[in-house]
Amino acid sequence: MSDTLLSVQGVETYYGNIRALAGVDVEVKKGEIACLIGANGAGKSTLMMTICGSPQARTGSVIFEGRDITRMPTHEIARLRIAQSPEGRRIFPRMTVYENLQMGASLDNLKYFNEDVEKIYTLFPRLKERQAQRGGTLSGGEQQMLSIGRALMARPKLLLLDEPSLGLAPLIVKQIFDAIKVLNQEQGLTVFLVEQNAFAALKLSDRAYVMVNGKVTMRGTGKELLANPEVRAAYLEGGRH
Amino acid sequence: MEYFIQQLVNGLTLGSIYGLIAIGYTMVYGIIGMINFAHGDIFMLGGFAALIIFLVITSIFVGLPVVILLLIMMAAAMLTAALWNWTIEKVAYRPLRGSFRLAPLITAIGMSITLSNFIQVTQGPRNKPIPPLVSSVYNVFGISIALKQIIIVLLTVILLTVFWYIVNKTSLGRAQRATEQDRKMAALLGIDVDRTISITFIMGAGLAAVAGTMYLMYYGVAVFSDGFIPGVKAFTAAVLGGIGSLPGAVIGGLLIGLIESLWSAYFTIDYKDVATFSILAIVLIFKPSGILGRPEVEKV
Ligand SMILES: Nc1ncnc2c1ncn2[C@@H]1O[C@H](COP(=O)(O)OP(=O)(O)OP(=O)(O)O)[C@@H](O)[C@H]1O
Ligand SMILES: [Mg+2]
Repeated sequence: MSDTLLSVQGVETYYGNIRALAGVDVEVKKGEIACLIGANGAGKSTLMMTICGSPQARTGSVIFEGRDITRMPTHEIARLRIAQSPEGRRIFPRMTVYENLQMGASLDNLKYFNEDVEKIYTLFPRLKERQAQRGGTLSGGEQQMLSIGRALMARPKLLLLDEPSLGLAPLIVKQIFDAIKVLNQEQGLTVFLVEQNAFAALKLSDRAYVMVNGKVTMRGTGKELLANPEVRAAYLEGGRH
Repeated sequence: MEYFIQQLVNGLTLGSIYGLIAIGYTMVYGIIGMINFAHGDIFMLGGFAALIIFLVITSIFVGLPVVILLLIMMAAAMLTAALWNWTIEKVAYRPLRGSFRLAPLITAIGMSITLSNFIQVTQGPRNKPIPPLVSSVYNVFGISIALKQIIIVLLTVILLTVFWYIVNKTSLGRAQRATEQDRKMAALLGIDVDRTISITFIMGAGLAAVAGTMYLMYYGVAVFSDGFIPGVKAFTAAVLGGIGSLPGAVIGGLLIGLIESLWSAYFTIDYKDVATFSILAIVLIFKPSGILGRPEVEKV
């Protein structure tokens, strides 16, 4: 068990009286890529945000590196090096691309900024061309790259990606998935991602979860779920095979 | 012509003071979307703190240089105002964050009344005079410029430069702008949002306190009701310039100062406030977000 990085145990999260998560158990081990798939409104983004304490779980617990972080304020959770590229990208619209990346590096007070920003620019050359442009005026795909780049600037131990391929051209999607793979293999970065692009995500993942109505209904390795007829019927039909 | 330039100088001085106060309104509005109605009283409190420390110091030490005196007065004013603004944010506004929009506004009005009544009770309702601190007047091409006017304008320029630098070039300023644009995302990046908001209240109070000290030096009196009219004018300046915009606050302040002195000079002084607010109404009809305000449409 010592290699478990994140463990979510029996978590229930509410929005007012609406229960969005109904007892979720999820585990992510150090150095692996895990993914979460599920229909719209299943609670995937809610789980990502609950891990970051915004909103907090009403019951159950979130354990990171053996520490209970369920009741920790969001900014302190971030300081444990959990970085998220959240749903909707949430780029600071009136800050430049460069400043958005600086915000990503707030934890270390820009100590590694110059070094790290070059890596991000290598990953997404587009961002370098646009570095003086205001975030709010970027195209959707550019914002997505910026959101991922900003999360990486935090030098995360756990990277949470909520639909990283959303709105991106197929070529860029491939680029992003390749980048995730490289970061994972070469730097041992642990990644937990939510995807609608189930095929690509399952193929990439060591571990995968299917969420339905606030509950995890299936789990297994990426390969297992890819081969599972139920998963194929619900999430993969019509997709690329 | 000389008369006109003379009025410009007076307007600029007054406008600087309004501008300094307006920044506090606009920053707080920017970061938490509320009008801190007690901000005008923070300005008044700053003036009183300066006056009290002046009386204390001059009764102990005789013959201190004016520069030292003014610095001590400003420091005392800033400390008092910052402490007060920090406290009301923490105890009165923070618990209401996320409740319905009018709740913090009503609380702020309550805080404003509390503070002005507190000063009225403890310091008395009448004008409190201070001996003239800086009385030199220079004559430049037939226009008389008082040293205190130069001090006010110069100090405003310095403070605005420092402020501009902090907001645009430092990590604190970035955190403030990030919190303003997306509080949740800022927290996800490790920004302590509560602390950032506290610092914003402290910074706004500091500028208002300097303005309070300058106002005291300029007019030579402090009175509990000073929080109201200059406060409302500075608020008007913030709205005129475009609430949420820092340069807007300064431009709005200067405009209001100028309108006020020019109107008093050429028309009747009794209607100067009417003139000010009419201009506000006219600007808002044609540009509802103020001179430098951003329209609410933005691609996010
Ligand atoms: N702020 C909120 N207030 C109230 N209900 C919410 C809020 N956010 C989400 N919900 C509800 O919680 C449920 C789960 O939402 P969530 O965003 O987690 O779904 P999701 O799996 O990420 O969906 P999608 O694939 O469409 O992004 C939905 O029914 C949604 O309507
Ligand atoms: Mg979602």
